[in-house]
Amino acid sequence: MSQRQEKREAHSRSAWRSHLGAYGFMAPAGILVIIFFLIPVAIVLYLSVTNLASSNFTSDLARMEFIGLKNFRTLFNDQFARKIFFNTIFYVLVTLSFFNVGLALIVSLLTTHIDRNAGFFFRALWILPRITSPVVYILIWKRMMAEAPFGIINQFNEILGQPTFNYVSTNPWVFVVLVNGFIGVSFGMIIFTSAIESIPRDLLNASLVDGSSKLQRIRYVILPLIRWPLLFVVTYQTLSLLTSFEEILLLTDGGPGLYRTEVWSLTAFHRALSNYFGNAQWGYGSAFAVLLVFIGVVLAVIYMRVFRFDELVAEPRVEAL
Amino acid sequence: MRITIDNLTKKFGDVVGVEDLTLHIEDGEFVAFLGPSGCGKTTTLLTLAGIYKPTDGVIRFGDRVVNTVQPKDRNIGMVFQSYALYPHMTVFQNIAYPLKLKKVSKADQHDRVRQVANVMGIGNLLDRRPGQLSGGQQQRVALGRALVKEPDILLFDEPLSNLDARLRLTMRGEIKHLQKNLAITSIYVTHDQVEAMTMADRIAVMSGGHLQAFDSPDELYNRPKTQFVAGFVGNPPMNFVNVEVSQANGSYVAQAEALQLTLGAERGEPAARSDGEVVLGMRPEDIQISDAGDVAGEIFIVEPLGREDLIDVRVGPHSFIVLAGAETQYQAGDPVKLSFDMGQSQFFDPATERSLLWRQ
Ligand SMILES: Nc1ncnc2c1ncn2[C@@H]1O[C@H](COP(=O)(O)OP(=O)(O)O)[C@@H](O)[C@H]1O
Ligand SMILES: [Mg+2]
Repeated sequence: MSQRQEKREAHSRSAWRSHLGAYGFMAPAGILVIIFFLIPVAIVLYLSVTNLASSNFTSDLARMEFIGLKNFRTLFNDQFARKIFFNTIFYVLVTLSFFNVGLALIVSLLTTHIDRNAGFFFRALWILPRITSPVVYILIWKRMMAEAPFGIINQFNEILGQPTFNYVSTNPWVFVVLVNGFIGVSFGMIIFTSAIESIPRDLLNASLVDGSSKLQRIRYVILPLIRWPLLFVVTYQTLSLLTSFEEILLLTDGGPGLYRTEVWSLTAFHRALSNYFGNAQWGYGSAFAVLLVFIGVVLAVIYMRVFRFDELVAEPRVEAL
Repeated sequence: MRITIDNLTKKFGDVVGVEDLTLHIEDGEFVAFLGPSGCGKTTTLLTLAGIYKPTDGVIRFGDRVVNTVQPKDRNIGMVFQSYALYPHMTVFQNIAYPLKLKKVSKADQHDRVRQVANVMGIGNLLDRRPGQLSGGQQQRVALGRALVKEPDILLFDEPLSNLDARLRLTMRGEIKHLQKNLAITSIYVTHDQVEAMTMADRIAVMSGGHLQAFDSPDELYNRPKTQFVAGFVGNPPMNFVNVEVSQANGSYVAQAEALQLTLGAERGEPAARSDGEVVLGMRPEDIQISDAGDVAGEIFIVEPLGREDLIDVRVGPHSFIVLAGAETQYQAGDPVKLSFDMGQSQFFDPATERSLLWRQ
């Protein structure tokens, strides 16, 4: 009996030792994840159940005042939180479907159906918004949409004899979506393009010989074959849009007016780090952040279930002869 | 459907896929494109299918010029080496795909797919995905998909290369049988000369993007017009040796170091006309090891093939591949005598590689 136990212990000890190399290799990444993700998440979780703010600031975790779920109750009764919630859904859905997935798909389909070099050139153009520094990128857009006589679009309006607009106040959402959408296209575009280009040439030729037009080939052959990358981009970009706010911050800062283009992650930032009245509410802002993490995790799980990622990943097979 | 290819050229930038190809294929004929890898067989086939636009030249199906006709309007069935089955569709959907694109009614689709599947012996596999099939089964599905739309022309691009030897033999017979029954004009690309010889009515031998010969298997084998064709068609390949042919009191003699062969005027005269060396070609089965032979050599290697032995005999500096019955017991190093059947000899101009016996 004890002998057996000893044996087992020895076994687990030696297993642990034999995996030492593996743990060693994983350690640097593991430490980074712990320091820069797990610990901050834990701190934010803790902050969300305190009332830490500028007025009672302390850096000593033990001296912070525990208030239970009060922050969350406040949040659910906050009439603006409702508006911000629906803003976020609108922003994510529209940007995702029209740009991060829709336009990305169209660009990759078009650029893979034309001359290779030309296709490469156009895709490179679409990567520019992504690799431009956000501040510079937003300055360009601000210059475009500025009021007459400064704004570029308004200058065209004047030349064409059209009325001029103050776009920031008339169409803030259009620009928020465009600005983020133009950045978002590149990710899906790269994934879709490489997926399309990895479809065997014979398969594409076979479809044409079988009698399809190029459009029918897209519908019946290409789209079904890039289903996995498509679902991956939908999932990944939903989560990415949910948490991105720096472009909105720079473009409209959630305005004009009260929370016109404010989204959830931007609110967390505003509350916790940049309150209008110089009165940062770290506790309350953390409650927003915690909910965002929660929504993200729930969405990820739903996507995995609905799209059956496990099955999709299992699909590639060894070519049987 | 008659296929007329006139001066077809297809280039990819500077790379020549196929150049100045002229080929007239009769209605219902089974033509093989034979040539080593990279000689332009697939390029020609895909140009016929409409996937590539010709750089130059004219392609006609019947009397219709099809140079710019879309693939879908050519009514072609094609079978690929990789099978090219759609992995996300079942066998049924794969075969039905050409019909669906033609907007054939669901009921008709069902009937025709079943019918073709039964002919191909895959009626029990219709619910499976390509990934759940063996290579041979996949090839049958691919064939079924090509046949189901009742094409005017069938194109095969090395369809049997990925199958094992036994299955290849079976499928070879089946494809030939089907083609004869349906009488669909067919082009069959292969680098395997046995496939080409056994299946085709006529063989277009290609090399380096050019047509080398277009003839019946029998003609290609017995009257090769170029040295390339002579060497490429036939297995084991023809032996080549440089000789000088001269006339000496009524008979002709082909001479090289350690080699002296007399031959008749029918072949000797055209061979002797060229001054200097010519290339003598002898097929392995036209050289016998026999005590009555007049050429002395030594056995270098014996390769048993089962039914017969492949023997490499060295004659002076030359090497000849010879076939001998498996019952013979030759060993490396044995001295032997060879007898050449000079009635079957071939002669080529070493500079142009053209036959001195058969004019193009
Ligand atoms: N799409 C292409 N782009 C550039 N070169 C090509 C292309 N297809 C074929 N080639 C070239 O054309 C020549 C003939 O190729 P191919 O027709 O595939 O030969 P085969 O089928 O006889 O093996 C080769 O040199 C090949 O590299
Ligand atoms: Mg090929």
